[in-house]
Formats: sequence, C-alpha cells, structure tokens
Amino acid sequence: MTNHNWQFQTEQSLVENHGLKLDEFEKIVEGLGREPNLTELGIFSAMWNEHCSYKSSKFWLKKLPTSGERVVQGPGENAGVIDIDDGDVAVFKMESHNHPSFLEPYQGAATGVGGILRDVFTMGARPVANLNALRFGEPNHPKTKHLLSGVVSGIGGYGNCIGVPTVGGEVNFHPSYNGNILVNAMTVGIAKKDKIFYSAAAGIGNPVVYVGSKTGRDGIHGATMASAEFDEDSEDKKPTVQVGDPFTEKLLLEACLELMKEEAIIAIQDMGAAGLTSSSIEMASKGEVGLKIDLSKVPMRAQNMSAYELMLSESQERMLMVLDPSKEEMARDIFKKWDLEFEVIGKVTDTKRLILMMNGKEEASIPINILVEDAPEYQRDYIVEEPSPIKEYKSEDFDQNNILKDLNTMIMHPDLSSRKWIWEQYDHMVMADTVVRPGSDAAVVRVHGTNKGLAMSTDCSPVYCKHNPYEGGKHAVAETWRNIIASGALPIAITDCMNFGNPEKPEIMGQFVECIRGMGDACSKLNYPVVSGNVSLYNETNGEGIYPTPAIGGVGLIKDLSNVKTLSLKEDGNFLCVVGKTANHLGSSKYISIIQSKEEGGTPEINLDTELRNGNFVMDAINQKLIASAHDIGEGGILVAISEMCMSGNLGITIEIETDFPHGYFFAEDQSRYLLEVCPNKYDECQKLADNNDIHFEKIGIVGGDKISIKNIGDQAISALKRSFEKGIERISK
Amino acid sequence: MKSHVIVFPGSNCDRDVAVAIKNISGHQPQMVWHKEMSIDQSDLIIVPGGFSYGDYLRCGAMASTSPIMQDVVKKAKEGVPVLGICNGFQILIESGLLDGALMRNSSLSFICKDILIKAKNQNSVFTKNAQVAKMPIAHNEGNFFVTSEQLKKIQDNDQIAFQYCDESGNVSEHSNPNGSLENIAGILNENKNVLGMMPHPERAAELAHGCEDGKTIFESILN
Repeated sequence: MTNHNWQFQTEQSLVENHGLKLDEFEKIVEGLGREPNLTELGIFSAMWNEHCSYKSSKFWLKKLPTSGERVVQGPGENAGVIDIDDGDVAVFKMESHNHPSFLEPYQGAATGVGGILRDVFTMGARPVANLNALRFGEPNHPKTKHLLSGVVSGIGGYGNCIGVPTVGGEVNFHPSYNGNILVNAMTVGIAKKDKIFYSAAAGIGNPVVYVGSKTGRDGIHGATMASAEFDEDSEDKKPTVQVGDPFTEKLLLEACLELMKEEAIIAIQDMGAAGLTSSSIEMASKGEVGLKIDLSKVPMRAQNMSAYELMLSESQERMLMVLDPSKEEMARDIFKKWDLEFEVIGKVTDTKRLILMMNGKEEASIPINILVEDAPEYQRDYIVEEPSPIKEYKSEDFDQNNILKDLNTMIMHPDLSSRKWIWEQYDHMVMADTVVRPGSDAAVVRVHGTNKGLAMSTDCSPVYCKHNPYEGGKHAVAETWRNIIASGALPIAITDCMNFGNPEKPEIMGQFVECIRGMGDACSKLNYPVVSGNVSLYNETNGEGIYPTPAIGGVGLIKDLSNVKTLSLKEDGNFLCVVGKTANHLGSSKYISIIQSKEEGGTPEINLDTELRNGNFVMDAINQKLIASAHDIGEGGILVAISEMCMSGNLGITIEIETDFPHGYFFAEDQSRYLLEVCPNKYDECQKLADNNDIHFEKIGIVGGDKISIKNIGDQAISALKRSFEKGIERISK
Repeated sequence: MKSHVIVFPGSNCDRDVAVAIKNISGHQPQMVWHKEMSIDQSDLIIVPGGFSYGDYLRCGAMASTSPIMQDVVKKAKEGVPVLGICNGFQILIESGLLDGALMRNSSLSFICKDILIKAKNQNSVFTKNAQVAKMPIAHNEGNFFVTSEQLKKIQDNDQIAFQYCDESGNVSEHSNPNGSLENIAGILNENKNVLGMMPHPERAAELAHGCEDGKTIFESILN
C-alpha cells in the first residue's frame, strides 16, 4: 500500500511498520505541530494500538453496567475493587495473553499470569487466587498437545513459584482456535478498603521511582504484536514474547506490600503492555500532570540501549511509583532488603507533557493529552447477523437405548471430561486458605484469618456466542452467576476478557456489539456489574477469526463458610431435585456437537426473570441450611451434571423421573437450572420455599448405591464412568 | 516452646506453617530472615516450602549456602529438632543434613494433590503418633533417590520417616506419586532430630482444609 500523496519526511513504511494508519499519523503531526522522531513514533504506536487504547471497543464498553452498592472501583484502574464487608475489599481482573502464548506457550502463559498479578498487587492487594480461561484448537490438531502442555506448565510455573494458588478455570477445544489459542488469566486479591493504591501521579517535584527488574530488549513492541493478525510468518515474532521471572515477581510483590504499609506511595503503576511508555503516561494522564524522565537512569540489562528501546521494552516484573520525597530513603531500604532495583528516574512536573531525556539530550516531548484523550476512537461499522435458527428435536429421531453409551462418549470428550490433569499441575492449596478446590462449580478461598470466603468462577460458551452473540453474552455472565450461587455465595461482580476477531470486519464488530448487549442485560438484571476487563481483538489467522469469546470471571462473597456447598453427593437416601424447567433444547449442545458432530439447532435462550428467581431461590435454600449439595446444570445437560455429582461424591443415584423424550430430557441445555441434594427431612420445607417463589422444583431421584440407575433405561457403574471421565484431557497430552 | 521459621525471599509456605504451629501449640513462632546469621535458643526450627531463591538452579542449592543455614546446620548438629517441608526438605539435603537427592517427578510435571503416607519409623520426635495420614503434596522435584549403599544405611538406622501408601497402609508402586525410591516421602538424619518431608502437613491442619491429619506431625513434635 503506497499513498502517492504522502507529504511527510518520515518514511511511510516506518509508520506502517509501527501499526499506525496513515490518518493516525496525520493526527500525530497535527497534535505535535511537527513530525515525531523515532522514539515518539514508537510511543504513539504503543499507546494507540488496540491493546492499549481500546479504540474500537471503548464506545461499546461504556454501555456495560459498572456500578453497584458494593463497587468501590469500576473499570479504568489496574483492577476492579468490590466491598466484601468488615473494611475488606476484593481486587480482581482478567487479562488476555493470547498471541504470545501461541508463539511461545510456556513463557506466554507465564507472563500473562505475572502481568495480571501485578495489576492486582499494584492496587495494594495481596493476591489470593489465580484462575484462567483457556481455549485450544481441536484435540487432535497437531499443535494442540504442545500448546496445551506448554500453557499449563507456564501458568503453573509462574503461580506455583510466586505462591498464589491457581484455584479454578475453564478450558474448551474448538477448531476456531487452531491458529489462535486464547489464554486469559485472572487474579483475585484482598486489601483493606482504606488502603487501596491508585495510579494518579501528584505533587509537582515528587520523585518518579523505577523498581523491580532491569530493563532489557525483550518484548519490544509486544502490545503492537498483540493487536495484529497472525499469518504464516508469525513464528518470526517470537522475540517479542517476554520471559517471566516469578521469583523476582515474588520479591516485587513482598517489597511493594511492605512499602504500602507506610504512607509513602502517592501513585503506583505496573509496567505491563508497552512498559515504561504506558505506565508513565497513565500516571501523568490520571493525575493531570507532566513527567520528566531521565532514561539514562533506568536500570539496564543490556548495553547501549536507546531511548526507543527503553520506552518500548516489555521486560517483566517492573513498577513505576511516585513517592513522598521524605520517604525515599525508607523506601530504598525496603527494596534493598529484597535485592531489587530502586532508582529515581524522574519527577512530576506541571508541564502536562512527557519529556524524556537521555545523556542530557531531549529524546521526546509530547503533550499527555494528545496521547490519551486525543487517541483515536472508532465507531466501527457493524452488521448483526441473524442468529442460527432454533431447531425442534423430536423423540423419534433418537434411540433411547443409546443414552448411557452416549453419556460415556460425552464424558470422555475433552470439553466435558475431568480437568484434573490440568489442575494437578497447579499448586491450588498454597496459602492454606483454599476451601473448595478446583473441580466444583466455583472455587472458594477463605479470607485469611476470618470465617468468610470468596467464590470465583470463569466461564464462556463460544459456540453459544457464535450462533447467537446476544444470548451467548447473557449466558457467559449467567453461567458464572449460577456457579457462584451453587457454591453458597452471593454473586457480586465480574471482570470480562473480550476475545474477538478483526473489528474492522463488520460481522465481527457485530458479534462484539451483540455480546456486549447480552452481557449488559444480564449484568443489569442480576445486579452483577462489570468492574474490570480487557479486550483482545484481531484474534485471526490467515483471515479466519476465532469464535466470539467474552470470557467472564465472577466473584461472590460467602459470609459464613459453613454455608459452602460443593457438587459432591453427600449421603445415601437424600433426594436429588432439579430447579428450573427442561424444555428439550438440544441446539448447540454438547450432545449435538460430540455425538452428532454437528453445530446446529440454535443457542438456548435465557429468560433473565427466571434466572434471577431461580438463583435467589437456591441462595435462600442454601442460607436456610436446606441443601446438602448443589450444582448448576451446564454444558452436557442434566445427565452430565448428575454424573459429575455422583463421581465427585462416589455415590450412585436412582433416577425415577419418566420422560417420553429421554435424549431431550437428559442432554438438553435449557438455561437457569440447578441440581440440589436435599435431606428427606428438609424436603417439604424446600418444596414450600419453591412454591412460595413460583419455582419449578422437582424431585428426580434418590441418592445411594454405586451406579446411576435410570428407570426404563439402565444402569451405569460410577467407577467405570469415572475412568472415562478422568482420561479425556490426559489423552491429548500423551 | 520456642519455634522458628526460616524465611527465604522465595519461601511461600512460611506463613502457612506459622499459622498451623500457632493454632496447634498456642505459641507464635518467630520468623527468621535468611540474611540473619544466627537463631536464638530454639525448640524447633522449620525450613518451609516455596522457591527459596527461585530454584532456577538445583532446588535448594543456593539456599543451602545462605548465612542462616550455617546456623541451622550447627543447631541441628547440637540436637535441635529441624523440620524441612517440601522446598525445606530439598534445602536440608543440599545442606548435607540429610542423605539422598530429590529429582524431578517421574511424570516430569508438577503434582499438587492429596496423597497418603504412613510412618515407617515410629520412634522419632516427629513420627510418634503417625498413622496412615492424608495430606497434600505440591512439588516438581520430589522424586527421592539414594544409592543402594546409602539406602541400606538409612534402612538399617531406621531413618525412613514416611512412605507413600494406600488407604490400608500398603506401600506399592500404585501409591507412589512421584517415582521416589521405596516410596520414600520423608527421611530422618542419623540422630533422628532432623526430618525432611515432601508432603505439606500445614495444609491439612484444620477443618477448613478438609482434613486434619497433618496436625499429628506437629502434635508429635510440639507435645
């Protein structure tokens, strides 16, 4: 592409290589009143790429509900903050590290975890839990084995070393990720409400301090790479992937938290994507001040680094702070104790400009507002495609003799099988506060030294989103809401990680718009706001986009840990009851994709009134101590959910329900449903509570024995089912 | 009862073990920073789990040369009980207080899960009241190995503290999570005052953990 009217001194190809559009370059020239030098061009490139500027998504993200009684800090800071009573807050966010993880799965995933941990402890919180949301290509795709094992060991390698338990997550396999996997990492931390740290620089003349690791040439232009599509030459981009050092991050975590006990930090920002550039500009912009930085003072790992390289390096485990000058020496001593770099590299100014000096020479001088407020913002064209039609399935199309055989096949599939092979590689118990380990609906972590806990879950169904982005967006939010409720918690808020294809394609932008609309409706109805998030666009390879994947991470509060519920069946003789109606919606279900190898039939719809009512009922029933165990009915339908409860509790069940459409009843993915195990002496009270709230509540079986026994259909031994269940993912790695 | 927990910059089970000791004994252990040169008079020294100095080199190799470990070795030789858990076990081996080596797990991956162990030696200060006990492991390098001469020596001296076993206490390949020789999960020194073990008793020390079997090990030392 050559523009014949190019009238600038700067080479057009240089501009394009920085990922900037020609009209964006014109905007820079207009703002500066001159052409930028190379360092400045690099800074604009880093700030104006999709990853840092949200230029395609900002307009739509603003439509999400972000406030609520318990919201202390919504989107816009390093992470969201919610009130969890007693002066405590939970701080959390999810972020993508997709492109680096495809190029170099171990380091890509590891630094993804490192980055999100820093976002959380930057705010003064001690991280207490990591989660993730992972998507890989087809199980038998030649790259899947390598990518799966690399990503899992990278996540473990980082989290295990720093000593934060990885307690939950989700993983799917689908051909749309064959050339572009998704690695979304979430961290949850705990802080005191009156001890939250923000990034707004303040106090003219105050020192700007660099702490952590030295800066090297690694990861230069990582954020620009993350905002471009992939093609066959993508392997060449490997040098832009950063290398993680969890030990240094541990030192940085402890040193920062130690310093945060003192009244020394005025502003703090981690150096994530676009390193020193985005951190310094973020601090200056939020504080409406200027910064003058002497780059020759930046601790360097390599020799002769240029201003350009220093500003764009994405070396990990670094932070930028503005300190109270009277506390500088005390702060220096803390970082010395932890053997970390501590260097005053600049000061806060009143110029509202970012001025960079190097060896006495001015290398850049840019008004902050041009970089931030004047950053391009696009209202991209979008087309909302007609959702896939809903198909009515009929009993006569299925052979009911195959129910148990189909169950076995489904439960062995990597999308539904046990994730044990993955989470046994993560230390999910360090910090000794993990109350519910991975494998249940939500993980539960105790707030240290108290009797309350946080329930956390990540979820998304990309197939639902592809076939109906609006309902898919609703579903991703509602699914985490159900998971949190089934664990005995009150759902409070979510973080989102919006993974989509190229937003310049109207149909992709349409998916984005519709997913946001669905998420927004669900969040509003369920009083479950968005407090933080991240957008990852251009997830395409050779022009083929991924399925729309708005991964949601939900957090809830359990005020009394004695109310924690797991999905394991507890006792012989208890009743198993279903909450919510089953209407044989098999479209887009795991049954159709795994057994029939098709993707058809439409996405199940959610009635948000029913969702809210059913959820509130389950919460009330748990709080009134009527429930022995609880599980939401998700992908795979009711029989998969029953099987999970049986396998987890090593107990069987006799299912007494009679149905004239067994496949519809047992495998449909109708929404807003739960399974509850109820002790017989609590059953009447539970039924009454359901009736009073207009809830569809029905006893379907009796717990006991060592098999699943379905009237008129047959028996399935739990032990054999468990063997199938536990092999699904492990087989990929072999 | 005065106990001490050594804190390396990459320790990450230091707090957990201190909480367990406090809950069980009522006494708050003293935390000792790795740069310190000595420990006060002590009834129990704990080298906790974690990644001491990152363990990018052989696990525990750098930690064994830290200032504080010189005093831990000295105190151990004077008879003070020393317990190394997980990374602490690796450090005690590297410090020469215990025999053998901890290699990479036979699965070549990190393993975090509940396992069962049983005390082989039932006379030491650490293993007096240990039955078959359930507690988690969480390590990448817990595959214990010794030469056949060393093995004979530790067997003859009754230095094998714990072995991985099944629910009935049978020690078999099936109950071995990481490839350890003789299913060894923990060993003692010759004087039986130093114990290194891979499982984490501090993570099975209260009801909220879902299992309290780890308490027995602390109770054995503390009472």
